[in-house]
Amino acid sequence: MLTCKDFLRELSDYLDESLDKEIRAKLEKHIAECPNCWVIADTTRKTIKIYKGMDAYPVPVDVQSRLMAALEKKMAAKK
Amino acid sequence: MTVSSQANVEESTLVAQARDGNTRAFGELVRRYEGKIFRLAQHITQNREDAEDVLQETFMKAYEHLDQFQGNSKFYTWIVRIAVNQALMKLRRRKTDKSVSLDETIDTGEDTIVREIAAWDENPEQKFSREELGGVLDTAIQSLEPLYRSVFVLRDMEELSTEETAEALNLSVPAVKSRLLRARLQLREKLTRYFKRKGDDAFAYL
Ligand SMILES: [Zn+2]
Repeated sequence: MLTCKDFLRELSDYLDESLDKEIRAKLEKHIAECPNCWVIADTTRKTIKIYKGMDAYPVPVDVQSRLMAALEKKMAAKK
Repeated sequence: MTVSSQANVEESTLVAQARDGNTRAFGELVRRYEGKIFRLAQHITQNREDAEDVLQETFMKAYEHLDQFQGNSKFYTWIVRIAVNQALMKLRRRKTDKSVSLDETIDTGEDTIVREIAAWDENPEQKFSREELGGVLDTAIQSLEPLYRSVFVLRDMEELSTEETAEALNLSVPAVKSRLLRARLQLREKLTRYFKRKGDDAFAYL
């Protein structure tokens, strides 16, 4: 029998869908019967999804031109 | 420095041209990846100014050490590695970040943290404004150890593979996997406080 600890250990691979069929089936059977592990799997999946959708600031124009200027200086020196 | 005619050129060709001193080719590589590098630098440093420095330092270093780039990994993975190192160095220097301890050996044993088990709504993030949500997510990710945070950022936000993440962070594949699991569970734990369904306050200990 799969324990909750076993389930947790495989959770990442389970969510990434990188497990073979046999283990996957065992894990699915476990969460069908264990509400705690079902909640953990569901909320962890949502955690990942929410962070994936998080946006970041684009590169500010002044930062971009500073970088390009610094690189051009370096490149000119290297020649 | 960049010209549109470079936009469809293969990455390996650009790297080879840049190595031969073609500055436009290197400019195109910068143009391709600066947004991604800036984003991951923001997520790891959690600081705009540091992220700007990291962006600049990453491409300066990449240019300086271009001859050390081995064609057997992707150029992107290689610059991610440089960027992560620069970002972690920033954190180490920032005295206010008490969580930084890069040399610490991390126990990857069984004590995976799961304390609170409460179901969430279907799209719990929609109950928050953009700003509120950003604040919640930032606070949670800031509480992670830098190495856990880096693994999470590369795997789950930048969507690098486990192998690429291992290469970028100079970790083994099992180390990436165990840190990723811990990071995911720690974030889940923190977010549960905000996202749990009302009235669903069951606590359990595993
Ligand atoms: Zn269970």
